[in-house]
Amino acid sequence: MLKVEVYRYNPETDKAPYMKSYEVDTQGKDVMVLDVLGMIKEQDESLAYRRSCREGVCGSDGMNINGVNGLACITPLSQVVKKNKLVVRPLPGLPVIRDLVIDMTQFYDQYKKIEPYLQNDSPAPAIERLQSPEDRAKLDGLYECILCACCSTNCPSFWWNPDKFIGPAGLLQAYRFLADSRDEATEKRLSNLDDPFSVFRCHGIQNCVAVCPKGLNPTRAIGHIRTMLLQSAT
Amino acid sequence: MVTAVTNLGRSGLYDWLIQRASALVLTAYTLFITAYILFTPDLTYDQWQALFGQLWMRIFTLLTLLSIVTHAWIGLWSVLTDYLTERLMGFKGTIMRLLAQGLLALVAVTYTLWGVEIIWGF
Repeated sequence: MLKVEVYRYNPETDKAPYMKSYEVDTQGKDVMVLDVLGMIKEQDESLAYRRSCREGVCGSDGMNINGVNGLACITPLSQVVKKNKLVVRPLPGLPVIRDLVIDMTQFYDQYKKIEPYLQNDSPAPAIERLQSPEDRAKLDGLYECILCACCSTNCPSFWWNPDKFIGPAGLLQAYRFLADSRDEATEKRLSNLDDPFSVFRCHGIQNCVAVCPKGLNPTRAIGHIRTMLLQSAT
Repeated sequence: MVTAVTNLGRSGLYDWLIQRASALVLTAYTLFITAYILFTPDLTYDQWQALFGQLWMRIFTLLTLLSIVTHAWIGLWSVLTDYLTERLMGFKGTIMRLLAQGLLALVAVTYTLWGVEIIWGF
């Protein structure tokens, strides 16, 4: 029997959050953490968590699993469980709505700030706005982000200043549009980032790189943004 | 764009660049002084005074002093705006942060002026 501890908090009935223990029979199978949560829900239907695609595409079930942020649906027990114990908590740093469900408003507000859409004032051509294969390749490692928030909620700079620092997820997307050959708002985008908080609160801790379930590298993208700022301002 | 008026240069890029440049100066000065002391085993007061009597050494030392002060301001400003914030402790955070920044400014100015007096005053 696998021992599982789950962070529980229902603001309507609980004074404070607490850890609740469960025992789950996985029948010796190396199932995903999300499957274990499903088995717990069969025992205790009051447990709340987000999930949708269950295959690491939608980014709904980001949570803190044995101390490491990750997607429950693509994290097998063999990867995280030691001494037959699994501890599941909500992603750290953001307000908890209930149990494993967090309020991601601050995360989305930062994403909104970087204007995550293509800006191009030139008249649209009769066909698509074409890109060379080389220009298209610049977007690899950027566009794959699913906004699960595992990285930003693992970043100490984001914990202290979630209202001012854009955070790794937002900055990865900021660079995705700065690097896009079809986007014409590069200067405006850069001037919106040149304050001491938005980009420069990143101290290169690389917690974001360590946990990204898609294997992306926000620290490198932030480095590229710094270089672009340096090129345009010196 | 987040407005900030108490950081060194009003721009994040400027602070970032100064932080790196000042770190290089500090490294160079540390290496130089350490090497000088190691390779001058019987260092006398006269030798030490002669070293600091040269113009280039005074400029190098003053540059290092200014680097320490700016490096400390940028670094500690980051620490203060991380931990002493309105978000974490209400309006008290703003008061404590401004007091700490004022104290830091006082120390920085004192060390700069005192340092100039020491370097050029003998």
